Amino acid sequence: MFVSLEQVFTSENILYLGKGALMSLGIAILSLFIGLILGVLGASAKRSKHLIFRAIGNFYVEVIRGTPMLLQILILFSVVPSIYTAITGEVLRINVYLIGIIAMSINSGAYSTELIRSGINGVDKGQWEACETLGLSSWQTMRFVVLPQAFKLIVPPIISEFVTLIKDSSLISTIGAVELLKASQIVGNTYYDYMSAYALAAIFYLIMTISISYIGKKVEKRLAVSD
Amino acid sequence: MIKVEHVEKNFGKLHALNDVSLEVNKGEIVSLIGPSGSGKSTLLRCIHGLEKADAGKIYINGEVMDPSDEKKYRQQRNQMGFVFQHFNLFPNMTVLENCNLAQIQVGGKTKEEAEKTSMEYLKRVGLAEKRDAYPNNLSGGQKQRVAIARALCMDPEMMLFDEPTSALDPEMIKEVLEVMKDLGNQGMTMIVVTHEMGFARKVGNRVVFLDHGEIVEDSPSEEFFSNPQSDRAKDFLSKVFYE
Ligand SMILES: Nc1ncnc2c1ncn2[C@@H]1O[C@H](COP(=O)(O)OP(=O)(O)OP(=O)(O)O)[C@@H](O)[C@H]1O
Ligand SMILES: [Mg+2]
Repeated sequence: MFVSLEQVFTSENILYLGKGALMSLGIAILSLFIGLILGVLGASAKRSKHLIFRAIGNFYVEVIRGTPMLLQILILFSVVPSIYTAITGEVLRINVYLIGIIAMSINSGAYSTELIRSGINGVDKGQWEACETLGLSSWQTMRFVVLPQAFKLIVPPIISEFVTLIKDSSLISTIGAVELLKASQIVGNTYYDYMSAYALAAIFYLIMTISISYIGKKVEKRLAVSD
Repeated sequence: MIKVEHVEKNFGKLHALNDVSLEVNKGEIVSLIGPSGSGKSTLLRCIHGLEKADAGKIYINGEVMDPSDEKKYRQQRNQMGFVFQHFNLFPNMTVLENCNLAQIQVGGKTKEEAEKTSMEYLKRVGLAEKRDAYPNNLSGGQKQRVAIARALCMDPEMMLFDEPTSALDPEMIKEVLEVMKDLGNQGMTMIVVTHEMGFARKVGNRVVFLDHGEIVEDSPSEEFFSNPQSDRAKDFLSKVFYE
């Protein structure tokens, strides 16, 4: 099974997969960050007074959460170049990493929308009323009272979303991006030993996911202290 | 100072307030009492505008409160402080920050000005030394005193209290009532929803007795307790006093 374990586990290959791991991590971080911005927008839309914004917010969340991420990546991969060509008449040399980040951000944004929304809803209604009786506007209430409290509720699920993104970033290997999974496939291919290469990839994934979960638990504890 | 005229409030099919009219003069301390579900909170919340009355009018200093005149409505509401049963302090801020927030954001004060006012009122409720504590490290009685100070920092002309001592352990009730009594002695106009009959009788000037969303009795405190007129008030008093 691990036919060429020694040949695969060389410092050179470990370095190569390490670079792939950094790529996966970077893509996950960017997607999480952009996704959070989309999530704030999405949550605001879903809480809006206006039906049209609520409808857009619901549509976004339902469509993204109701379809596989792989499909979303593939659609973006094939649709963006044709739209570009249709508009400019030129052929687009697309950057698969960029496509990957966009697809994953849009995907993560839908999940973040729900996390942020439920975080905001998780803040006691009495806080809104207290602000109202003190004369604060609803924007001031959000900013100074509700969001800081919602943040604490949101941090733990955001961290697990981050872990999910690291794992799901493997999906963009299907459009040709060389991240951790693809890097391990390339190494496996070289030595005709996929098992050893995949094992190495698994180790890298675990290092990332376990350390993030660990840091997440620490942060959670820190946040709980000021309560 | 405050006039409630023919106010109605329904929650679906439930008539929470039924043609309620009431006038409160400057410096009066009115106790709002009645059985659970009689509409005491609803009336208080309608006066402040936390609930919108379905019908009727509320006047403050002779001027009607009209939500469509936004600016004036906001000013009118800011003349009333509100104290909740469950305090509703901001757990993400210290005691001082709780008191400062609206002064700075709504009142346009600088941080120094706000702090000066906050400390003044925190001293008054006996909690100056707790300025940097977080609400969750305070006892219930302390929380409620902070909540009162926070409302006073906005310099209201009158204070509305919704069962300020009902969520407190018995040994903490008195410290909050003392603060309220002091406030009354300094001439603050107050409407207090309470189950503390001792407070209503000794500190309050007047009792408004509510039952099933209607004002059944409205009389000077001493008179209400020594000689209730209606059967419903008699019945209520016989239930709350253990003999
Ligand atoms: N937001 C609401 N939605 C539906 N019904 C409500 C709402 N608020 C109050 N009610 C109902 O209106 C009636 C009056 O309620 P209210 O809270 O004013 O009573 P209360 O006199 O303050 O009682 P308690 O002593 O229990 O606080 C009750 O039957 C209550 O169930
Ligand atoms: Mg009540």
